Formats: sequence, C-alpha cells, structure tokens
Amino acid sequence: MYSSLIDPNLLIAKDSQALLVNGYRKPNLKTSNDPIRRINNTKPTLFIFSAPAPCSPKFFDNDLMGFSKDQLLSQLQELEIDYSKYEHPPVLTVEEQAKYVSSSEGALSKNLFFKDKKHRYYIISAMVDTKVDMKVLSQRLGLGKGGIRMAPEEALAELLQVSLGCVTPFAVVNESARDVSLLLDQKFKNQTRCIFHPLSNNVSISLSTSGLDKFLQSVGRDPVYVDLEANANPVVGKDQPPDLAVYVPSNSVVIPELPNNTPSAQASPPKNVSAEKTKPVASPKPSKSPGNVKSVVQNSGLSVFKNPEKFVEEILDKTSELLFSEVKGENVEALAETLRKRLTSEFTHLAVMYKNTAYSEGFYAGTQCQPKRP
Amino acid sequence: VSSQLAMDVGKKDSIASDSSEQVVNPWEVAAKDGGKIDYDKLIDQFGCQRLDDSLIDRVQRLTSRQPHVFLRRGVFFAHRDFNEVLDAYERGDKFYLYTGRGPSSEALHLGHLIPFMFTKYLQEAFKVPLVIQLTDDEKCMWKNLSVEESQRLARENAKDIIACGFDVTKTFIFSDFDYVGGAFYKNMVKVAKCVTLNKAMGIFGFSGEDHIGKLSFPPVQACLSVPAVPSFPSSFPHLFPGKDKLRCLIPCAIDQDPYFRMTRDVAPRLGYSKPALIESSFFPALQAKNGKMSASDPNSAIYVTDTAKEIKNKINRYAFSGGQDSIEKHREIGANLEVDIPVKYLSFFLDDDTELEHIKKEYGEGRMLTGEVKKRLTEVLTEMVERHRMARAAVTDEMVDAFMAVRPLPSMFE
Repeated sequence: MYSSLIDPNLLIAKDSQALLVNGYRKPNLKTSNDPIRRINNTKPTLFIFSAPAPCSPKFFDNDLMGFSKDQLLSQLQELEIDYSKYEHPPVLTVEEQAKYVSSSEGALSKNLFFKDKKHRYYIISAMVDTKVDMKVLSQRLGLGKGGIRMAPEEALAELLQVSLGCVTPFAVVNESARDVSLLLDQKFKNQTRCIFHPLSNNVSISLSTSGLDKFLQSVGRDPVYVDLEANANPVVGKDQPPDLAVYVPSNSVVIPELPNNTPSAQASPPKNVSAEKTKPVASPKPSKSPGNVKSVVQNSGLSVFKNPEKFVEEILDKTSELLFSEVKGENVEALAETLRKRLTSEFTHLAVMYKNTAYSEGFYAGTQCQPKRP
Repeated sequence: VSSQLAMDVGKKDSIASDSSEQVVNPWEVAAKDGGKIDYDKLIDQFGCQRLDDSLIDRVQRLTSRQPHVFLRRGVFFAHRDFNEVLDAYERGDKFYLYTGRGPSSEALHLGHLIPFMFTKYLQEAFKVPLVIQLTDDEKCMWKNLSVEESQRLARENAKDIIACGFDVTKTFIFSDFDYVGGAFYKNMVKVAKCVTLNKAMGIFGFSGEDHIGKLSFPPVQACLSVPAVPSFPSSFPHLFPGKDKLRCLIPCAIDQDPYFRMTRDVAPRLGYSKPALIESSFFPALQAKNGKMSASDPNSAIYVTDTAKEIKNKINRYAFSGGQDSIEKHREIGANLEVDIPVKYLSFFLDDDTELEHIKKEYGEGRMLTGEVKKRLTEVLTEMVERHRMARAAVTDEMVDAFMAVRPLPSMFE
C-alpha cells in the first residue's frame, strides 16, 4: 500500500513533511550543534516529522518504520562491528534459546521489558543468572516499592516493534523506543561475547560489549551499565537518593489503543456523553507529549474495571510482583511468564462471566426500579 | 444461520447428489466417493479466497496478540473481503460481527461451538460489537415445532452461546420471533424485492419440476432474508443509528457461502456495504464417515453436556483411529495422520503449537500409540467441556434477558 509513496533513497511520506534519511541516523546528528536537535529540543531523531495530514491518523505504521533484523545486521556490518550469527527456530524463552546456541559462543542474556505507573518504559538486559529483583529495581529507580511491572504485549509491538520473546537492547534503534530507558548488566563487561536477538527471535547474534556500545552510540544512545545485584536493600531517603533515578526517562509514552485513538469516521451517538469521556483523548499530533498522559491515566483507572482483559492484567501484575518479591531463586521471571501465559485466558473468561453477571443484575434491578418521586 | 435449513425438503426429492463429485451446500455436505472434502476445489468452485499466512500475520499485528488457534491451524481457511475489512480497520473504520444459530435441538456439540468460540476471539481481539441471530421462526416452520417450543429452544441455546464468554456490553442476541418488525422487517422486504424467483431457485437448487409448496413464499422469503438482513447495520437502529455504511464481518461455516453470496449481491443495490465473510471447514464426526457432525447421532459428537466419563468412552470407542492394527506394525509404519480423528480434534482444540507438532511427529513415526493420543485428547476436551459447563451454570434467565434486550451498547467499540 505504501510502495507508491517511497523513494528508496529519500523517503518522503505523502502529505506530510517527513524526512527519512536512508532509514537510520547519521553519526554526526548526535552532536548538540545539530540544528534539528535544537529545534525539537529532544534527542536526535531518526525520522523528522511535522504534524501528519489528517488523512493518515495512524502515525506509526509498523510496515514503514519498524527496523527489521536484516537492516540491523547490515548496519552492524557498515559500522564494522564484529558479530556471529546463529539461526534457529523461533524461540520464546532463554531455555529454548540455550538449546540452539551453546554457551561457548557467548553469554546468553535475559531481556525484560518493564513499565512504571507513569507510563515510562525500561529494557533491562542481564546475564541469565543475575538476579533482577523488581522491587529493588523499583526502589533504586526512585519509584517506590511496587513501582514497576512487566510491560503489556501491546507495548512490545508499539514501542519496541518486536514480537513476544524478542526483547533486546537492539530495539532502541526504533524511533518509537526513543523514550525507553536501556539498562545493561555490569556483568556483561566481563564476558568476551554476549548473545542477543537482533530484532527477531529466530536469530541470535553474539558480539562483544564494545561492539554493542559502538552500535548504541551510533544511534545516539549512551550505553548504561549497572550492577543489578548491588544495593539489594536500598534505603532511599533525603541523604541517600535512589541511585538509578537518573535513568528514569524524562518523557512518558502513551500507547495508542488502536481503534480508539484515531478520529472515528462514524458519528458517535450524541446522547452517550459518558462513553465519550471514557475513550482515551485522541490527539491529532503525533508527538507523545506529556499532556496526553494525564487523561490516559485518569481513564485507565476506569478501563481496568470495564475491560476484562485489563482487569486480569492488573491481577497478574500484582501476582507477579508478589512472586518476585517473595520468591528467591532462579527462573522466577520464567515462572511468572508461564503463570501469566497459562492463566490469562482462564482468568479473562472468569472476568467476562463476572462482568456479565454484574451487568445482568443491574439490568434486572433497572427493570424493577420505581420511578423517582417528583 | 442454520446449517440444517431445508434438510427435510432436500431429502424428500432427491437433489441429485452425484457421489462422483463432492457436494457442499447449506443442506448437504458429502465428499467425493466418500473420501475427504477437497477444500481447495471448494474455494475455486465458490469463488472465495484462501486465508493465507500473510493475512494471519496481519491480524496478529493489528490485534497485538497471538492469532486464534483456529486461524493458526487453518480451521478458518477462506474469506471474502476480509482484507478490505482490515484495511478499513487500520484507517479507523470499525466493523461489527454477525453470526447466528438455528435452534433446532437443545443438545449442542463441539462442532456447534466452533463458530462461537472464534467469534468471541474476534470480538475480544478487534474490540467490536456482535449481533447473534436465533432463527426460531425458521426452525418452527421447517422442523414443525410449535412457536413456544422453538422460542424455548432459542433461549436454551442462548445460554450455551453466552457461556462461550461474550461480553454483554458488546453483544446483542435476538430471536426472529422477538425482533422481526420495524427497521428489520423493512430491510427484509427490500431484500426480497431484489431477489428474483430464478435466483431463489438457483440458491436452493430447485428446478421447475419441484412443487410449489417448497417455494411458498413466506418461509423462503424468511430464509433468504435470514442471512441477508442482519448484515445491514440499519436493521439495528438502536445499535448503529446513522451508521449505514458500517461494515459487517460474518464468521460462518463454508457451506453457508451461497446465502451470503446472494446477500453480497443485493447489498450494493440497497446502498449498503457488502458483508465480509470468514469461513471455516467442517468439524469431522467422531467416526469420520460423513462430512460433518450430526446432532441426530449422539455417538458422532461430543456434547457440552457429556460427563468426563462419557467423553472418555466416546473417544476410546468411537473416535476413528489412524493407528495401525498391531503395535509392531504401528511402530514400523507410524499412524496415518490424514484420517486419524484424535489428531484432527487436537489440531482444533490443543492450543500449544509445539505440543501438537510433537504429537504429530511421534505418532506419525510410530513412537506414540493411539491410546496416548486419545488420552491427551480426552484431557483437552474434558477441560473445555468442564469450563463450558461451569460458565453455563452461571447464566441466569435474567442474563439472557439482558443480552436479548433491545438496548444501546455505548461501550461497543472499547
């Protein structure tokens, strides 16, 4: 559908003043003398857009924007970063990946995608045996004890543009991930090579941390290495500020809920004012400005109780949190993921029945209701 | 929409069912020479399109979740205009779902549940509303049931449908006896005016030789309008006021295609969007003999009311096995996966792709025995039926009333 709009060398999106330069950032864009940076007052961007035309309400089109594995690998080659590639059937867990890529090739990584209550997102990439305690991490980031949880699947698709089981530091190459914080395990530096997915979970690549750093710098990121197991009992107070707070993103991200965020072509029933209020505010501007966050946060409270899937997500988030904080040991994350995968459908079914029952009781009560006395 | 429509009529006068060709139409399904249904040929014959992997990937991207097991395994394998519906969806133009049932018996079997399970997934994944039609009037006429009995059956069936997990804030269930009238009836007449006698005969396969009783108009008109009218949003003014161009997507079994072809033909003439279809193959009977499960033979199907013991028994005794006669031969040659019913059923209902592949491999190469496969199938089906039974028990008459009340659905697209 978009092929007629794309000139491979200089991509100009129809009807908007968008400029994609060869699909990736040139190194000199990252200096602060860059006029683009001054204008936008943000980190240098891959794609420089002004407001899109009203006819294209869906701003980020995966087909157009998402970096592919091949594009990534060719970029690594262009940067002369040495890596080894291993192809295998699609894998969703570290255990599966370990079957196909032996540890002699490098250290396997586990990659977690978190979000906090203010819609800020974090990729934590760590050695498999490094303990990642969500409660501790949350405190170290200055978010309180229960401040972070696993990010939902939609965020994976929308922000990182990868599929399930494919979280990877390389996802920050996407413009959509510009506000996602990336924290790398300090222990990676002791390894000759580390293994990550290059945006696709049927391939793994091993490379040195200096190679990874070079890549990150080429897309305008300063690689951040953190001792994830330090400070296991953080005491956060006036004199001891949270040590990782500096890595909290300055911008939060609104993930558009696909059908609701676009200006609807149909006229909504005018009487149903309450329905209008509960929809997330549809902003015509592409920039995910903080102004949107407030209304989303207000509405998300309501939607947890209206939407069975969100309700179940909330329950499983809390369960996972408790699990992480109470259970010591390996593979807690894998257990949490399994619980989530296996229970989501069951719980959603129960939640729908609960919702239907409540609605029916209310409905019946409505039929029996005495009219209000004048 | 009933897949047993006009069955009696069909039986009395032999509609030439030439066993050298496969026959698929709304009241008869028979494979060529008693073999397998050739679905590719069917797609060619009907003129619909295959639901290929790129479409399934597209669904995954648009809905940010894994596609339903029925899509992954090719149960829903054909479509008309599904691509266009997805294009519109990407642009922000929603659609609504329409499916139905002819409530002819109280006993529902797994084959009946399949379109509803899939429709539920579509509702959740795309966050769109759904209308479900219970054609009690049609059953009253063709099956010679009393009005009261057919209405009662409709309500009983509605309970099983609700138990599949539809969201009451996005679902409207209606029975023809309750709802036909008003805007719905106006559309029925509009449709009837567009359908010539020849076309009606073409769809039903009647010829000039058939007696006029078959064409006595109200039943035929109703039957022809039955699939057509709910595809038009103006039939539901309490749901879609002012949205005459809202698209409709209809999940159905592929033998219903002829009815909807007619609807698609009529729609533009009335100024409506053509409904899109997403079509499924047939769920095989336990004994695998005929094309699909039949409610009249209790051992051909697993019913939602079967106990765990009955399920185990039916599968062990009646499920047609592709395993070899002796263990030695089986270990040597492996099972015939083409005809094996337990594996076929697992491909419908076992969600885990990896496990299914494993079973197919081990069983097909002779390392796994039929008993093991049947055991796993029994587990899967028992769990499903149990879950359904629990949900069904929670459906009260008040809940049915709520689902069937003619009321607006303000959250229908959330």
